[in-house]
Amino acid sequence: MITLTAVKKSYSDEVAIGPIDLEIPQGGITALVGPNGAGKSTMLTMVGRLLGMDQGAIEVAGMDVASTKSRDLAKVLSILRQENHFITRLTVRQLVGFGRFPYCQGRLTAADEEIISRYIDFLDLGDLEDRYLDQLSGGQRQRAYVAMVLCQDTEYVLLDEPLNNLDIAHSVRMMRHLKRAADELGRTIIIVLHDINFAAAYSDYICAVKNGRIARFGSPHEIMRDDVLSEIFNTEITVVETPGRRPVAVYF
Amino acid sequence: MTFTPNRPRTVRLTIDEDAYALVADETVPEVQFSPTESLQEPTTSPQVAAATPAPAKERRSGSFHTRGSRRRYWIILSVLLALAVLFSAGLLAYGNPMEFGTDGFWLIAERRANSVFVMLLVAVAQAMSTVAFQTVTHNRIITPSIMGFEALYRAVQTTTVYLFGLGGLIAFSGIGAFGLQTAVMVGLSLALFGWLLSGKYANLQIMLLVGIIIGGGLSSVSSFMQRLLTPSEFDVLAARTFGSVNNADPSYFPLAVPIVLVAGGLLWLRSRELNTIALGREACTNLGVNHKRNVVIVLILASSLIAVSTALVGPMTFLGFLVATLAYQLADTYDHRYVFPMAILVGYVVLTGAYFVMNHVFYAQGVVSIVIELVGGSVFLFVILRKGRL
Repeated sequence: MITLTAVKKSYSDEVAIGPIDLEIPQGGITALVGPNGAGKSTMLTMVGRLLGMDQGAIEVAGMDVASTKSRDLAKVLSILRQENHFITRLTVRQLVGFGRFPYCQGRLTAADEEIISRYIDFLDLGDLEDRYLDQLSGGQRQRAYVAMVLCQDTEYVLLDEPLNNLDIAHSVRMMRHLKRAADELGRTIIIVLHDINFAAAYSDYICAVKNGRIARFGSPHEIMRDDVLSEIFNTEITVVETPGRRPVAVYF
Repeated sequence: MTFTPNRPRTVRLTIDEDAYALVADETVPEVQFSPTESLQEPTTSPQVAAATPAPAKERRSGSFHTRGSRRRYWIILSVLLALAVLFSAGLLAYGNPMEFGTDGFWLIAERRANSVFVMLLVAVAQAMSTVAFQTVTHNRIITPSIMGFEALYRAVQTTTVYLFGLGGLIAFSGIGAFGLQTAVMVGLSLALFGWLLSGKYANLQIMLLVGIIIGGGLSSVSSFMQRLLTPSEFDVLAARTFGSVNNADPSYFPLAVPIVLVAGGLLWLRSRELNTIALGREACTNLGVNHKRNVVIVLILASSLIAVSTALVGPMTFLGFLVATLAYQLADTYDHRYVFPMAILVGYVVLTGAYFVMNHVFYAQGVVSIVIELVGGSVFLFVILRKGRL
């Protein structure tokens, strides 16, 4: 479980996030949605201890994010940001191998190699594992990054807009991989999504953020309602029930 | 065309696209998606197809891309080692006026050995500090000199002449002066790092910018004072402010050697952390490495090394940059454990080679930095243009 207690982060007098009180349950996919500048990514990076908070406390699996040693936290929680720019040239396998760093400090054992292979296969990267990242397409590269954070074998996985710049097919593929990671590997995945329909289709919980605060938290069925969505996104949104599927939001 | 058989599958995929079906029906095989992927990226499909029938391949991660690049690394390292031995022997023995084996021969060789040893120290210091500095600053076209070390060195030397005259400059040598200069340079960098990396606006880029501005200011002050010197004073000063191993005095060794050994050794031990730092602050933190602490430690070690090198032989602006870039090209790995030795050897070969050519081919001593910049710059351009990337 991830618990945020009165978390605040202020950039200026007008721009501030919080206070946020939130409990994200263990297991499944929790999607963070909301308009631009609502504070979704900021919230995620604070949980992932990449950004300090001004007030409040965040606990992940009972560990205080601010005071727990970074190395211990790296075995419980992993985070992937949107922009990943490396100055070194890495192959897919070398990149995924970095996910084992919290356990082996860079000295890969045979067991580590096995885990690396498993996650490369899990994301269908087997044929690409010896390719350099700069030789991959955007979608393949994104999968390689996700393989790295999954390879970290953490209970909690935080992903900041992993569908950014992916086309429909790649987005669907990515979400299926993540769904499998949640269902088969028992990971708790918290993901920032821009497309409310992706959130509705694949997540177990949706957390709507607006103006630096939590607007709503609930199951997709609780959030996917005309009045709720229209208010969150400041746009006229109609939710259409589709037979045998989750509801779809129509906004044009 | 290969596209046609895949078409119907794509259509089926879009129809199957149902979250509920996926949740309920665990049997959806992931393999099903692979043809779609190759359809999405037709450019990659030939290689993918070619790579598939090789299941027996051993799957291991390594610091090198392939076995071939690992072999290439060791071959290049051996060649460089051979060149290093050759140039060192050449510097020690070539053109020695005494008969080989006589006391006189060894006396001269021993005097020359001091310069060769200085080259080794400078190679280690410049190579390791530049590689580490480039990694923590996330920038491959930068050298630690940018932090104003060389400007500070020039300013200290110029001020000495300006205030105390030639006698003062000549008196300002020996281990005391060496220690003082090193301490001032490390002190300046510590103040810069401490001040800029601890505050609210802690930012590496701002720190670099402030370093450049301080360096620029110090250079202007030096140039101004140099204008007021007499020609003879300026002449002596110019010899000092041109990087040359002849500036180094063996009496500096008791201080210089331990600093280079300790700082170099500590950087070497941090190789694996440096590998993660190269992934950037966020990825590095995610892997449980304390980014800020490591960056500060590496910056302190790198600036100690560069301070020793500068106080020992004077400014060598281009050497570190050249050596680091060539080392990355030759080593072809991300792993600092392999980049460091390559960089040190490249630096040593460049220095000894340049001195050998200058002393015994052109008989033009003291202008080695010019050779390094000319030849090294050309090699650098050649490598970059051929490979097309840093």
